[in-house]
Amino acid sequence: MCGIAGLFLKSSALEPQLGVLMSTMLNVLTERGPDSAGFAIYGAGKPDQVKFTLRSSKAFDFLALAETFGGSAALYGDHSVVSVAESRAASFKAKLEALPEIVIVSVGKRIEMFKGIGLPDDVGRRFGLSGMAGTHAIGHTRMATESAVTVDGAHPFSTGADQCLVHNGSLSNHNDVRRTLIREGIKFATQNDTEVAAGYLSHKLREGAKLDEALKAALKDLDGFYNFVVGTENGFGVLRDPVSCKPAVMAETNDYVAFASEYRALAELPGIEAAHLFEPEPSRVYFWERAE
Amino acid sequence: MSAMLQKSMEKSSVFDLSTSSLRDLNAMLQSLPAETNQTSWVVKNPRGAHALAVGITTPVRVNIDGHAGYYAAGMNDGANIIINGNAATGVAENMMSGYVHVKGDASQSAGATAHGGLLVIDGNASARCGISMKGIDIVVKGNVGHMGAFMAQSGSLVVCGDAGDALGDSLYEARIFVKGSVKSLGADCEKKEMTAEDKLILADLLDKSGVDANVEEFTRYGSARKLYHFHVDNAGAY
Repeated sequence: MCGIAGLFLKSSALEPQLGVLMSTMLNVLTERGPDSAGFAIYGAGKPDQVKFTLRSSKAFDFLALAETFGGSAALYGDHSVVSVAESRAASFKAKLEALPEIVIVSVGKRIEMFKGIGLPDDVGRRFGLSGMAGTHAIGHTRMATESAVTVDGAHPFSTGADQCLVHNGSLSNHNDVRRTLIREGIKFATQNDTEVAAGYLSHKLREGAKLDEALKAALKDLDGFYNFVVGTENGFGVLRDPVSCKPAVMAETNDYVAFASEYRALAELPGIEAAHLFEPEPSRVYFWERAE
Repeated sequence: MSAMLQKSMEKSSVFDLSTSSLRDLNAMLQSLPAETNQTSWVVKNPRGAHALAVGITTPVRVNIDGHAGYYAAGMNDGANIIINGNAATGVAENMMSGYVHVKGDASQSAGATAHGGLLVIDGNASARCGISMKGIDIVVKGNVGHMGAFMAQSGSLVVCGDAGDALGDSLYEARIFVKGSVKSLGADCEKKEMTAEDKLILADLLDKSGVDANVEEFTRYGSARKLYHFHVDNAGAY
């Protein structure tokens, strides 16, 4: 099972409503994934700042930590988004890696990422999803198959700056690919198959591939069944495996491109009656990018 | 029940899923007596709900006014069901008899395992259209995705556009007619001569589906019958 919701806005009119639209889509997909949920949202960024979304396993003073590095922190339950100057990002990251109670959920100029155990509605409320704004968002409701129900095992996964990936399906060669990627210096936090797909794409992007090229390469190297929806700082991509047994439907209007596991999750979107609805084809890379 | 029923202008009874439950809709449609005079129904606000208008055994007309979710019109036995939008996975699965008309596109496994009736899809159908079909006739006015008529046993699949990879894979029997191109044929599916009987069957299905096309423009595919007959030379493979 698992449910995917992705929404990429083509124009700024809907940006203030991004969070509430994503929240509605995710809640409809509760039946497809009631054990945990998560979402990445690409909001405003500042050119010389880097945002770290962090999670702590116990009470932690994120404000004090941010201050030490001359940054600022916004608190969202057990998550916090800490912004620091780009020049200090490397030393901040080194400090975080020395703190065992801290998990780095995502890093990037614009990405903020939140995940938790529970029903999608509870997870969304916990982090105030409905109040969030941005250009694109990717969300996931999980029914665990390949690894345990933990916050770490919830989607999305982020293994590179401003990159995230959600997955419906399961990969059969993830252990092999993980071993190869570890040798290439990609770090993994879980035994989850989806994290391997995220790491694979991050590795390709790091080597200079564009997102569409990286997705094309994934068709050859990742074995299993999958619908992937991926986000980058300005881009949004979709890929389905050649057999495509996992459900997918997309809607495109002048204002947005949306992906969902089922049409029900698209039914609330504005202008859906006039949208171009289509089922993404197997083995075909779909990719949208917004010029800044 | 009477509260949810209201007569519309065109003498159809309207069932609004924004105010009544899907379970009530199906229970009501499934319990209509054979002699009912409420023979025409409109379902408003389907919004992609699953299992819409399933298991109907009375020859009524049901017009679903919007997109349908999984298994719409499943197990239909005699009803005339129109989906005024797209249909998700498994539309008209296991239909026994009747007519199902999708005015938009259909997702995967349209008409799966169906034993009879006619399924007409105005748009495209995606993967595994007519998988394990057992007597249904399916007319797709657009294209079909990969593995159309996978393991089909009986009935006809008519594709007015193109067919994707592995058409007719592991075919037992069933007739496949394609007007456009075929990306590849599946195991044990081959091109056949179009017989006079094939032409009659195809012309009848095109006529019933409102397709204006010449039977001569279609190519007939069918089973090579090498896969499902035991052959002693293949004994080692069993």
